[in-house]
Amino acid sequence: MRPVIPYVTAALLFGLGTYGVLRRRNAVLVLIAVELMLNAVNLILVTADTTVRSQLPHGGQVFALFVIVLAAAEVGVGLAIVLQLYRLRASVAVDEVPLAEPPPATAATPGEADR
Amino acid sequence: MTGTDALLLALGALAVGSGALAVTTRHLVRAGLYLVLCLAAVAGMYLVLTAELVAWVQVLIYVGAVVVLLLFAVMLTRAPIGASTDLDRPGWPAALIGGGTGLGLAALLVDAYRWSSVPLPTAGSAERIGEQIFGSWVLPFEVLSVLLLAALVGAIILSRPDIGRSPVDQAGVSGADEASAEGRRSR
Repeated sequence: MRPVIPYVTAALLFGLGTYGVLRRRNAVLVLIAVELMLNAVNLILVTADTTVRSQLPHGGQVFALFVIVLAAAEVGVGLAIVLQLYRLRASVAVDEVPLAEPPPATAATPGEADR
Repeated sequence: MTGTDALLLALGALAVGSGALAVTTRHLVRAGLYLVLCLAAVAGMYLVLTAELVAWVQVLIYVGAVVVLLLFAVMLTRAPIGASTDLDRPGWPAALIGGGTGLGLAALLVDAYRWSSVPLPTAGSAERIGEQIFGSWVLPFEVLSVLLLAALVGAIILSRPDIGRSPVDQAGVSGADEASAEGRRSR
């Protein structure tokens, strides 16, 4: 088995994921690109597990399983955020989200109450 | 070039090709389906690399659960059925950074491994992985279960707008005039 084949595949998948994260405007497509990047990392871990002899056997595969669980948790929370964004703005374009939200008008009310 | 290498090469080409389609297609639903193809090809590579348990967990969790969640999100955000023209930003910086990252990492790994050959270990079983998880890695495993619980609770709180709101916002919703009347009274 030539380890260079899966390693190069993983590197190219990671590059594609980076391209997708930077290129896409739709938040769901950004999440899909993030999944591609996580998969590339998993492929690196599993390939390293079969090619590198380590003190603890199968550490790479255990790490890959952990990363899969982390990806499941990430996509759950990420989709909750995307749906909330859609509910607030009726759009999931990530470059239309203002980074600094203007303060809501009602926030001034308690300050007046203090006076 | 043995049969294993040919299989890995074919599955790798399939994964990279469908991954490229997933990040470039103009159809939202097709992006999810190309992602399924890419994940399945990577699961096939895991099988060739003698990581059976990881391969089947990948099929179950990624192809089963994660992609279904993504397709649900596509539907719930009322994505158009046909091709959409507003999915992408202008792509030169993204292509530069993505291509640089991918090709740079590939060059690094090619330089590290060249065309060397490594004997594959004997096919693994779930038993050996289970021994490792519940032996050496049991503490991270338990921490991970706590993290899953936290993610679950977080997703529930995020998707319910009526809980976790600050009292100021609640006053703003239940009646801003009431709050301002209170302010006037205290003045």
